[in-house]
Amino acid sequence: MREITYLEAVREAMTQEMERDEKVFMIGEDIGQYGGAFGASFGMLEQFGPERILDTPITELGLTGAATGAALIGMRPIAEIMFMDFMTLASEQLVNQAAKLRFMFGGKATVPMVLRTPAGSGTGAAEHHSQSLENWFVHIPGLKVVMPSTPYDAKGLLISSIRDNNAVVFVEHKLLYKTKGPVPEEPYAIPLSTSDVKREGKDLTIVATSIMVSKSLAAAELLAEEGIEVEVVDPRTLRPLDPEPIIQSVIKTGRVLIVHEAVKTGGYGGELAGVIAESKAFGYLDAPIVRLAGRDMPIPYNRTLEINTVPQIEDIVAKARDIVQGKV
Amino acid sequence: MMENRVQSISKEEAAEMLRLMYEVRAFEEQAEKSYMMGKIHGTMHLSIGQEASAIGSISTLEPTDYILGHHRGHGLCIAKGADLNLMMAEFYGKEVGYCRGRGGSMHIADVAGGNLGANGVVGGGLPMAVGVGIGLKMRGDKRVLLSFFGDGAASTGAFHESMILAVLYQVPVVFICENNQYAMSFPARSWTTSERLAGFADNYGMPGASTDGNNLLEVKEAVQTAVDHARSGGGPSLIVNNTYRWRGHSKSDRNLYRTQEEIEEWQDADPIRRYRKLLVADGSFTEDEIDVIEKDAYEAIESARVFAEESAEPSIESIEEGVYAP
Repeated sequence: MREITYLEAVREAMTQEMERDEKVFMIGEDIGQYGGAFGASFGMLEQFGPERILDTPITELGLTGAATGAALIGMRPIAEIMFMDFMTLASEQLVNQAAKLRFMFGGKATVPMVLRTPAGSGTGAAEHHSQSLENWFVHIPGLKVVMPSTPYDAKGLLISSIRDNNAVVFVEHKLLYKTKGPVPEEPYAIPLSTSDVKREGKDLTIVATSIMVSKSLAAAELLAEEGIEVEVVDPRTLRPLDPEPIIQSVIKTGRVLIVHEAVKTGGYGGELAGVIAESKAFGYLDAPIVRLAGRDMPIPYNRTLEINTVPQIEDIVAKARDIVQGKV
Repeated sequence: MMENRVQSISKEEAAEMLRLMYEVRAFEEQAEKSYMMGKIHGTMHLSIGQEASAIGSISTLEPTDYILGHHRGHGLCIAKGADLNLMMAEFYGKEVGYCRGRGGSMHIADVAGGNLGANGVVGGGLPMAVGVGIGLKMRGDKRVLLSFFGDGAASTGAFHESMILAVLYQVPVVFICENNQYAMSFPARSWTTSERLAGFADNYGMPGASTDGNNLLEVKEAVQTAVDHARSGGGPSLIVNNTYRWRGHSKSDRNLYRTQEEIEEWQDADPIRRYRKLLVADGSFTEDEIDVIEKDAYEAIESARVFAEESAEPSIESIEEGVYAP
């Protein structure tokens, strides 16, 4: 199969959906000629024109609300927030309005919109351009939160997000943009709320999100050399979660390590640990549920410090080994 | 101007506007009464004294046009043609209410009927208004939107961003600032004037106007001009209707920030009484005819109250319905 990058997969999903459905349009900062800060919409202005590629001045709240209002009358906007850090500015319209309009109006309104945003550290962009704030939005009923880890998932999940009738926060990872993988040329939809087993194994389950999926798969390769067979499960949609593949995996392996980049306290790992602990998998556990996450601190600028703020492959290997060897 | 305009308004339309103003007044007086009697769980924000702004503005719309409101929005809903029974039922939190009792006074909406909802966040409707305008324009829809907000919203960042985007995309939206002088307790006069509020229009690059918001016909004329402008593809406008809320911000308000004299002074400028006097003076209505309109309005609200009180509560089984769309 043809291989393209995660960034190209995102662009292809948006392009194909805009070709298919004239209600779909894009709105965001520097998404026109510039093509988006990371190039996700590069070339789309030429194809679709300024009527459907709405380049905005710096108005995170305004453009998120504009997407919400357009969705309320039946359009299907894709809003881009240049960095997830700026979701703080967009939050009022997303959290109070987009997420709640349907329920607040007695189920008589729909808000079919996607808010795409790149998250994560690793680019030396420091405290204001590196955060992973997905769990802020996981906490909001009415929102869906999607976090693809591969080019294939990025395209299929973005197409589903655009076709979904709810407000979807679609979290991309900056370091994944250049990663390549097989992606079909034709449009395809991966249903939201489907957790995916990325690698099978019998000794330990790693539940990882976003960039931590590829790091966990790399860790699994190293652990396999030591005779430790790791199963890697990617929730892909954080809210609403599809818990069953995770629970089944933990029942099989009896051990679980949860890995994400966001800070540990209040992070998604706590939610996953709760889901596992409350499930029938609890009785099968041979070791405590362990979380490996970003340190409880902002992302620093210095490269060495930055790398040491979030889990790396060797951290995952070491933690996995400890769990399997009964050292936690 | 008033005298000239009233000639061009048919007797039916005048009666209709008067009826709607009385219905708003009666609805809110009933709401207050029901609350005092302990029948209402929750809060409410009354627009008594501001009726001309709501009715005058919305009387310029076609039935298929849109409005987006604010937290003090009972008058806007009634002006947009809300069913009084369903509206009162929503205020009472009943299943048959517009929002199935999920939204209450602050969130009454009828999306199918063009009322895109009242809003609990001051300034919260403004960015969405831009998006409605974008959507309408994108699909070549000739409908327009009236986006209502107050002087309190005019100090928010949402207002600034929304004005900029509205002008950038030339959306068919009329932004209507109902300047009722106070954001809860904070006086608009301490940071702006009605002239400066209307002056935002010029600064952002759209037509603007300021009205005596208690003068129904002056409001109607200003908004009609802006609506015609928007419908013909001319883009957004900003109208400031200067008015006053007689009641407190909400039920916790002890009116510590204003004087009784000030309230009474504005009550003398009662928008309903003013329009009524005009219609009698101009010979188009007799006092008796208007008394009938007023009485009918109060009776309609009374039957809405009975309807609401007799309607069923939402079932607990249905509690989570509507969080997500299928």
